[in-house]
Amino acid sequence: MNKKVYDMLIIGGGPGGYTAALYAARAGLSVAVLEKLAPGGQMAETPQIDNYPGFPDGIDGFTLGQQMKESAQRFGAETVFTQVTGLSLDQEVKSAQTDDGVFYGKTVVVATGAGPRQLNVPGEQAQIGRGVHYCAACDGMFYRNKTVVVVGGGNTAVADALLLSRVAKKVYLVHRRDSLKASKVYHRTLEQTENIEFIWNSQVTEIQPGKVLLKNLQTSNAQEISVDGVFVAIGRTPATWLVKGLLELDEQGYILADESTATNLPGVYAVGDVRSKQLRQIVTAVADGAASVHQAEEYLTGIAG
Amino acid sequence: MSVLHITKETFENEVLKSDKPVLLDFWASWCGPCRMVGPVLDEIAEEREDIKVCKVNVDDEPELAAAYQISSIPTLMVVKDGKIVNQSLGAKPKAQILAML
Repeated sequence: MNKKVYDMLIIGGGPGGYTAALYAARAGLSVAVLEKLAPGGQMAETPQIDNYPGFPDGIDGFTLGQQMKESAQRFGAETVFTQVTGLSLDQEVKSAQTDDGVFYGKTVVVATGAGPRQLNVPGEQAQIGRGVHYCAACDGMFYRNKTVVVVGGGNTAVADALLLSRVAKKVYLVHRRDSLKASKVYHRTLEQTENIEFIWNSQVTEIQPGKVLLKNLQTSNAQEISVDGVFVAIGRTPATWLVKGLLELDEQGYILADESTATNLPGVYAVGDVRSKQLRQIVTAVADGAASVHQAEEYLTGIAG
Repeated sequence: MSVLHITKETFENEVLKSDKPVLLDFWASWCGPCRMVGPVLDEIAEEREDIKVCKVNVDDEPELAAAYQISSIPTLMVVKDGKIVNQSLGAKPKAQILAML
């Protein structure tokens, strides 16, 4: 039986993956996107995206994901909805083992993205979805007129706190520093929001039903606050379990690659949030997608010659 | 069969008294992960004659959401003979949803 070998396999259907698919298909390459669930990746969980240019009223992430898929499809990119369970990347023909068989490709673009980082404190695991949450836009509505705590100090934490302040009775924002990392655009709105209370220099040490235990990092004093829900927004962790031991990672666990997206293996590229970079945004993910195809075309010309 | 949308009026007959196992999805239109899992459930409903796939919109049916203590969506449940035999939180690939049955 002849196996089909794609010019490019893309692992993950977020903005980086689908931009690579679009550019590859337009360059005349045969390309398949292997996506476990639905187009969009983390973006699909975002109800309103206002920093992706071209949409004066913003757009929701789910729709943007669908449209990116359709853009790539228009030029012949295929999508297979399947879970990738393993990768072989060190041969000239590379392969992806999936729930629906093995796929082969001359090049592979790793676009597996990132997921929410957990606090790793006692009580967290046991209460995920029942008091502990990682998506305020998804689960905030269940805390109408209740008291919640948001953990973190970046843009996600602040956006979550503002969203929750419109639903919940009271929102605590716990941050381990004494000022926010979040963009200035949020600061004034935060100050004007009466039902948000900051707890600075503190970290969560344990989550119990109905309350969280905090420790002040300057005084070491312990504190306990009664809350109905905890929303964790302390950043992301890269989805690299498929490439551990195959690709070089940086100290934080992201795939080591510069803006060319080339990894330590020939014909293997890393795009989007999974790549080692300064700024993880939809626009930087799509830029990576285009760059990876540029590299892949050069590589494919090389092995053909 | 296509996905059946459940209200508190139809819940008892369609879900609790169903003669087939029921795959039940608590969801809302504003929830991205719920929308991600939607097409997967449509596919399962078309493919599997031996089960019933039902959806409860938590905005339209807050009583049902409260009765089942839903505080995170999507929540997927498998109900057999009126009892919850399996339950899971968050959007999942098709194979993992089928494995719940």
